[in-house]
Amino acid sequence: MTRRRWLRRVKRIALYAGAALFTLFAIFPFYWMLLTAFKTNRDLYVGATDLSHIPWIFNEPPTLQHVQLLFLGTPYLTWVRNTVLVGAAVVVITLVCAVPAGYSLARLSGRWGERLGIGIFLTYLVPPTLLFIPFARVIALLGLQNSPWALVLIYPTFTIPFCTWLLMGFFRSIPRDIEEQGLIDGYSRWGVIRAIVLPLAVSGILTAVIFAFTLVLQEFVYALTFISSVGKMTVSLGVPVALVRGDVFYWGSLMAAALITSIPIAIVYNLFIDRFIAGLTAGAVKG
Amino acid sequence: MTALRREAHPSLAPPAIFRRRTLADREDLLGRIMLAPALIYVIVLVGAPLLLAVLLSFSASFAGSLEFRWIGLRNFASILADSQFRLALRNTTLFTVISQILVMILAVTAAHILEAAFAGRRVVRFLLLLPWAVPVSLAAMAWTWIFDSTFSVINWTLKVTGLLSGWFYWFGDPTLAMIAIITVHVWRMFPFATVIVLAGMTAVPQDIREAAVIDGASFWRRLFQVNLPLLLPIITVSVLFGVVFTSTDLGVVWLLTRGGPYNSTHVLSTLAFQRGILGANLGQGASIAIFLLPVLFLAAVGMLRVARRTEVGA
Repeated sequence: MTRRRWLRRVKRIALYAGAALFTLFAIFPFYWMLLTAFKTNRDLYVGATDLSHIPWIFNEPPTLQHVQLLFLGTPYLTWVRNTVLVGAAVVVITLVCAVPAGYSLARLSGRWGERLGIGIFLTYLVPPTLLFIPFARVIALLGLQNSPWALVLIYPTFTIPFCTWLLMGFFRSIPRDIEEQGLIDGYSRWGVIRAIVLPLAVSGILTAVIFAFTLVLQEFVYALTFISSVGKMTVSLGVPVALVRGDVFYWGSLMAAALITSIPIAIVYNLFIDRFIAGLTAGAVKG
Repeated sequence: MTALRREAHPSLAPPAIFRRRTLADREDLLGRIMLAPALIYVIVLVGAPLLLAVLLSFSASFAGSLEFRWIGLRNFASILADSQFRLALRNTTLFTVISQILVMILAVTAAHILEAAFAGRRVVRFLLLLPWAVPVSLAAMAWTWIFDSTFSVINWTLKVTGLLSGWFYWFGDPTLAMIAIITVHVWRMFPFATVIVLAGMTAVPQDIREAAVIDGASFWRRLFQVNLPLLLPIITVSVLFGVVFTSTDLGVVWLLTRGGPYNSTHVLSTLAFQRGILGANLGQGASIAIFLLPVLFLAAVGMLRVARRTEVGA
């Protein structure tokens, strides 16, 4: 009995140790962003060959100078504004296309709707790497080089498939009975959608909005390809590409920007991750 | 009958069957109209460009002019003879295979840990997901700084613990640069895989696994003969996503090494970007990127098969 308890305790310790190791690996770069963002330059730029200077901690009191420089001395706020504007436009286009499509695939298209739904989702897998070269020609043809409108046009190519798929799953989860009751009560199908389905789907639509926006915020390849002037960049392009003076990176401000941008997305993602995973693996987990 | 109807409240709308059927009632047509915007967007801006990519790869096309000249297989002949392209092809395969193997080992382990009930489990899950949520370009910059040749905290720690006698110039040595790139890929993908595997584990019928415990199967036997086979469909999905995301990634390699040192870490996507966008040779860039198409095709087929099998099984 005691031996068994001892074994259980060992297992418990192994469990915690394992969880701790994984967590440390996952958050180490974020800890590093935090340290870098608030360290004084004198504390930051000490060569790693100096073994007496411990880089893992604040050796001098933290400073706000990098954050100040980021907000006042760099175009960070312009990039934030650009991202929000592009994001808002993309969200509108996405909703206009994805909400009706999601409902249509869930309720109005029968057997081929399922296949078409999977087909639309598979286009989400077509990577920017395959498309940026043909898009370069399309964007040149439209005269949209170095314009945020290029991004507004291109970003829905991945937000629409993704959100359509997400919303399709969501509309399916609304009980058919409620809608049929509405039809019996004399509503048309369109009336049912407007008066019954949409109010019930608000949280699903909100999820789609948030994911569309975060997908825009995370995008890097198209922005790198099509936006060249610093004033028109989005956050995920401007921070890694333009916070440089000659060959010297502003590491403090750069890590401050990375941290400030990451935290809100991370929180939002965590709130919605279960629905995200359910959407991605629908079919494989149905089990 | 008529008497009954007359007694009904006069303000009630007539039942739907007596109204003329309008568009709002014709479900098939309404369904098609509602689907049209999304479908058109995807066909025009994903389908057509994909086709254009294939066409461009058979042409001599350059940025700056809209000229399009068919040259058959000449782009492919020139890149296949190019040792840098072959290296990029090898690197893409290498990075994808190694990182996916590591990711799966880590993810299955982490999912087993997260499945057990322990204090702080939700916090651990929240923290584990951070690498997946953060924009890849910002994460890549954090790692670039961590691997900095002068200020690398990894070097400092290895030195202090006595594990390193020389010095690691992470982005100055091809092997070290590859290790750095694979580390970032693994770091980014394993949380995502963990959550997917975890979702699969909760869907596996609990009684089967309990039966194995009651029958006295050892931990390893349960893992390899009960749990893993049951998890196979979900692990397949996770691997397919991982393969697509890793093999086509441009941001990590571009921001960490720009393909250096001495062009030794280029992958297909960065080489296509360098030749096609920076070098303005769209035709050649397209022919390099097109080599990712088979990966994509296999992934799509794989996912469809998994989806169909579970459908039949269910």
